[in-house]
Amino acid sequence: MKKIEAIIRRTKFEDVKEALLEVDIEWFSYYDVRGVGKSRQGRIYRGVVYDTSSIERILVSIVVRDKNVEKTINAILKAAETGEIGDGRIFVVPILDAVRIRTGERGDIALYNAENEN
Amino acid sequence: METIYTITDLALSLDTVWMLLAAMLVFFMQPGFAMVEAGFTRTKNTANILMKNLLDFSLGSLLFWAVGFGIMFGAGGFIGTPQLFDLSFMESDLPVEGFLVFQTVFCATAATIVSGAMAERTKFSMYLTYTVLISTLIYPVSGHWTWGGGWLMNGEEGSFMTNTFGTTFHDFAGSTIVHSVGGWVALVGAAVLGPRLGKYGKDGKSRAIPGHNLSLACLGVFILWFGWFGFNPGSQLAASGEENRTAISHVFLTTNLAACAGGFFSLITAWIKYRKPSLSLTLNGVLAGLVGITAGCDLVSPAGAAVIGTVCGVAMVFSVDFIDRVLKIDDPVGASTVHGVCGFIGTALTGLLATTEGWFYGAGPGFFLAQLFGAVVIGCWAAFMGFVIFKGLDLLVGLRVSSRVEEEGLDIYEHGETAYNN
Repeated sequence: MKKIEAIIRRTKFEDVKEALLEVDIEWFSYYDVRGVGKSRQGRIYRGVVYDTSSIERILVSIVVRDKNVEKTINAILKAAETGEIGDGRIFVVPILDAVRIRTGERGDIALYNAENEN
Repeated sequence: METIYTITDLALSLDTVWMLLAAMLVFFMQPGFAMVEAGFTRTKNTANILMKNLLDFSLGSLLFWAVGFGIMFGAGGFIGTPQLFDLSFMESDLPVEGFLVFQTVFCATAATIVSGAMAERTKFSMYLTYTVLISTLIYPVSGHWTWGGGWLMNGEEGSFMTNTFGTTFHDFAGSTIVHSVGGWVALVGAAVLGPRLGKYGKDGKSRAIPGHNLSLACLGVFILWFGWFGFNPGSQLAASGEENRTAISHVFLTTNLAACAGGFFSLITAWIKYRKPSLSLTLNGVLAGLVGITAGCDLVSPAGAAVIGTVCGVAMVFSVDFIDRVLKIDDPVGASTVHGVCGFIGTALTGLLATTEGWFYGAGPGFFLAQLFGAVVIGCWAAFMGFVIFKGLDLLVGLRVSSRVEEEGLDIYEHGETAYNN
C-alpha cells in the first residue's frame, strides 16, 4: 500500500481527475493548498509592485495497492504537465495499514470493492 | 377657494426642488465613500470603516445643525456667530431648512474624506472626537470665510481681496472649501498616526497591502461620480430661468468631462509608469478629475474642464507615489492626494482657465493669484487645525489602537462584530 500525493496546478485538476478515473482510480481526497516556490505571480497594487509569496495549488492524495502505483503516477504525469515551471511534484509514501469502517476489513481489501475487481 | 401662485413663486419652488434633489445626490456620496474605503482596506477592518462613514454623517449632521451652520453663515468677520439650533438668523429666498440640509451634506462630505486615510489603525472613539471638531470648527470657519460671505469672497469696494488681487477667491462647489479641507486634515492625520504595521519593510521600502474588494471600490467610485452630478450642478442653487438652466447644464457637462479625462489619463500614466493598466489607480483618477473640476465647473469651457481633469489625473499618480514612497505617509485609499492635492490643483487651474477672468484668456494674473492665495490660506487652516487636534488627542489619550488590536483587526476588538461571517 502506498499513498501518492501530487501537488498540481489548480487549472489541471479536472484533467487529472479524468485521467485517474480512466485508470480505475475511483476515490481520492484533494485539498486546496498554498506553498512557496519558484513560480511567481508579479502583481501591482496602487503603484507598489509585489510578488504573491503564496502559490495556490491543489494537493491530490491517493492511497493505492502497490500494483497500481505506476499507473497512477503515469496518469498524473500525463494529465498535469504543461512544461512550465510550477507544474508541481508527486510523492510516494508507504502506508502501514487501512481499515474500512463499515465492515472492519483491514489491509488491501479495504481499498477496493471485491465484487468490482477486474 | 383657489390659491393662485405667481410665476416667480413657482420658479422659487422649482429652485427649491432642484436644491433638495441635489442634496439627495450629495447624500448618496456617503455610501460611495463607504464602499471605496471598505474596498481599499482589509476584511478585518470592514465593520470599523463602515461605522466611521455611518457615524460621521449622523453625528456630523446633528452638530452642523446645532452649531456649525451658525458659525458658517452667521454674522461676523472671522467666524460667524453660533446660533445654537436657531435658524431664524438666515435670510434667504430659499427655505432655510432646505438650505441647511443642502449645506449639511457638504459638511459631511468634508468630514468623511478623512476616515479612509486614517483607516485600519485609529481608535473609533478618537474618530468620533475628530468628527465633532471638523463639523463644528474646521469646516464651518473656513466655510464662513468663503460661502458664508467672509473675507475671502468679499468683493466689496475696498475689501482685502479686491485691494490685493482686484478680484475674489472663487470656489463654485468646493474643490478647496470641501475637498481640500478634508484632504489636508486626512494627510496630517495619517502622518500623526504613522503607517499601518507592515506597510514599510525594515529597509523602509513601501509594501503593498491590497484592499480586499475592488468590486466594492469600483461601485463606490461610480456612486461618487453619480453623486457629483448633485454636488456641482446643485451648487447653482437654482434651476429656473434661462440663465440657470444653461448654467446647470454647463456644469453637468464640465463635471463629467473632467471625471472622464481624469480616469483616462491616470490610466495612461499608470500604464507607462508601472507597465500595467491599474484599476486601483484609475478609480482614484476619476475622483481626482471630479475633485479638480469642482472649483471652476461654472467658469471653464468644456475643453478647459478636460484639461483640468487631465492634469489632476496625471498629477494624482505621481502624488500617490510621492506620499507613499518619499514622505512615507500611509494613506490606504489615497484621500490626501485625491482631495487635498487635486483640490488645490483644480482651484489654481480655475485661475488660468476661467473663460472670463482666467490668465490664459488674457485677463492678467490677479484671479490666478487670488485662487492660489485662497487655496493656500484654507489649506494652512485645515492642516494646522488637523495637526493640533490629532497631535493633542494623541498626546492626551492616544489616537491609535494597540498593535494586538491592529494585527487581529479593529472589527473584533473595537466593535465586537465582524463584517464577514460564515
